[in-house]
Amino acid sequence: MNPSLDATKDTQIEKPLPFFSQMSQAGFGDKVFQKLTAFFAFLILFLACMTAFTLWHASADSIHKMGWKFLTTSDWDPVQGVFGAIPYVYGTLMSSLLALLIAAPFGIGISLFLTELAPQKLREPVAFLVETLAAIPSVVYGLWGIFLLAPFMREHIDPLLIKYIGGPFFKGPSTGLSLFTAGVILSIMILPTITAISREVFESVPNSYRESAKALGATNWETIQLAVMKPSKVGLLGAIMLALGRALGETMAVTMVIGNRPEVSANLLGASHSMASVIANEFSEAVGDIHVSALAEIGLLLMVITLLLNIAAHLLVWFTTSKFQR
Amino acid sequence: MFDYQTYRRWTDRTMVFLCGAAAFIAMIPLVSLLAYVIIRGVKRLDWTFLTSIPTPVGITGGGMGNAIVGTITLVIIACCVGLPIGIMAGIYLSEFGKKNKFAWCVRFTADILSGVPSIVTGIVAYTLIVRPMHNFSALAGGVALGFMMIPIVTRTTEELVKLVPHSIREASWALGVSQWKTILNVVIRTARNGILTGVLLSIARIAGETAPLLFTAFNNQFWPHGINEPTASLTVQVFTYAISPFKDWQDQAWTGALVLLILVLAVNMAAKLFFKNPRQLLR
Repeated sequence: MNPSLDATKDTQIEKPLPFFSQMSQAGFGDKVFQKLTAFFAFLILFLACMTAFTLWHASADSIHKMGWKFLTTSDWDPVQGVFGAIPYVYGTLMSSLLALLIAAPFGIGISLFLTELAPQKLREPVAFLVETLAAIPSVVYGLWGIFLLAPFMREHIDPLLIKYIGGPFFKGPSTGLSLFTAGVILSIMILPTITAISREVFESVPNSYRESAKALGATNWETIQLAVMKPSKVGLLGAIMLALGRALGETMAVTMVIGNRPEVSANLLGASHSMASVIANEFSEAVGDIHVSALAEIGLLLMVITLLLNIAAHLLVWFTTSKFQR
Repeated sequence: MFDYQTYRRWTDRTMVFLCGAAAFIAMIPLVSLLAYVIIRGVKRLDWTFLTSIPTPVGITGGGMGNAIVGTITLVIIACCVGLPIGIMAGIYLSEFGKKNKFAWCVRFTADILSGVPSIVTGIVAYTLIVRPMHNFSALAGGVALGFMMIPIVTRTTEELVKLVPHSIREASWALGVSQWKTILNVVIRTARNGILTGVLLSIARIAGETAPLLFTAFNNQFWPHGINEPTASLTVQVFTYAISPFKDWQDQAWTGALVLLILVLAVNMAAKLFFKNPRQLLR
C-alpha cells in the first residue's frame, strides 16, 4: 500500500514522475491534509443540503395546512390563517422581468462597447465604474430609491408613460412607489452582473473570428453581429438568467420602493409586493407559528425558483466559455 | 433608390453610438446616487454621530456608534464561520480537485449557493439559531453572513491558488518537501495577496447586507454587551430610519448610508490594491 500514490493521482501533475511517489517520506501528512481539506469542501455540500432541509422543515406546517392552495390562491390573511402566495409571486416575477427588459440591452451594449468598440484607454475606467454599481449595498439603493428615484418617476417619467402609452399597463395616478420603479431600481442593480458576464463571454470569442469578418469587409457592427454575438448567444442567455436570479432574490431596494400592497394588477404604476419583501416585512413580527411557516414556504419557493435558474444559467455559461478553450 | 452601402454605414454608426450611449447612461444613476449620499450625508456627519447611540424621536443628536460596532462584530463572526471553510475548500478544489467528480459537485454547489437569495439565508439562520435560543442575537446574524461568505471565498481562493505556477510546486517537491507542506508554505504564501483580496471583497459584499439581519441580529438602540443579544447594524439602522416618517431620522439614514458606503468602498479599494487584476474575482 502506498498512500502517496493516491494523493498524487488528483493533483495537477498529469504524469507523476515514477520516483516521486516512492521518494515522498511524508505520505501520511499528505493524506491527512488532503482528507482535511476534502472535509471542508464537503461542508459546502452539507451547507446546501442543510439550507434546503431547514427551509423545508420550517415550512412543513404551512405546506401541510395549505397544500397546493398556497400556490393557487391570492388571499393572505395571517390572522385568519389563510395564505396564498400569488400576489407575491406575481410582483417578484413582474419586477424582475421589467428589470431584465431594461438591463439586458444596456448591459449587452455596455459590454460590447467595452470589449469591441471603446478606445483602450476608456475600457478600464468605464468597467470600474460599472463594477462600482455592484459594490453599493442594496439598502443604499433603497434609500436613494425612496427619496430620489420614486419622486422623480412620479413627477417626470410616469406622467409621460400615462400620456403616451397608457392602456391597462400605465394607469395613473402614480405615487412613484410602484412595480415600475422597483423594476427600474432592480435593473440598475443587475446591470453589473449582465455586463461582467457578457463581457467575459465576448472576450472568450477567438480573435480570428473577428479578423475573418473584418477581412470580408464587414463594418464594426456587422463584425459584432456575425463574429461576436452569434457564437455567444448561449452564453448571453446564461448571463441574463444569472441576472434574473439575482433580481428575483433582491430584497431591500425592492421592499423600499414597491409600495408593499399585495395586489395582482396589470397596472405597472400601481403598488405591488414581492416574495422577498413580504418576508422582510412580516417575518420578525409574525403572528403565530403558522405565519412564520407560511413565510418560510415563500422563502422555499423563492429558493427553488432561483436554484433552477442558477443551475441552468451556470451550465450555459460554462458551456460557452469552455467551448473556445480547447 | 436606397443605397445599401449607406444603409450599412449608418446602421454601423447608429449601433456603435448606441453602445457608447448605454455606457454613458449607466453612469447617471451611479453619479446621482453617490452625489446624493455625499451631499445629504455630510450634514450630520460628525464625531457625535460616529460615537453615540440613537436618541428617541424628538431629541436631537444621537448617532450610530452602536450600529458601527455591531456591523464590525457581525463581520468578525461571519469571518470566523466563513473563512476557514471557504479557504480550506478552495485549497481542496485547486490542489486536489482538478478532475474528480466530488470536486465538480462542490464547485457547482458553491456557484449555486452564491445565488441563493440572502433573505433565504436569513430564514435558515433564524430557524437554526434564533428559534432554539429564543432570542435574536449577533451570533445568528454573523452566522447568516458567514454562510453567504463561504461560496464567495471558496471560489476566489480556488481561482487564485490555481494561478500559482506549477513550476514553483515542482521546485519545492524537488527539495524533498512533502506536498502538504508545499501547499501551506509555498503555494499559499505565493497566493497570499490574492486570497486576501478575495476575503476583502467578500467582506465588502456581506457588510452591506441587510436582508439576512432583519430577523437574526434584529436591531438594538444600545451599546452591545455580548454576541448573544439583539445587535444593531449600520444597514438595518439605515433601513429603519429610511422608512420612518421623521425628518431627523431620515437625515441620519443618509449619514448612515454615507458611512456604510465609505466602509464598503474602502474595503473594495483595499482589496484591489492587494491584487492588480481583480476582474476575475468580481463574479
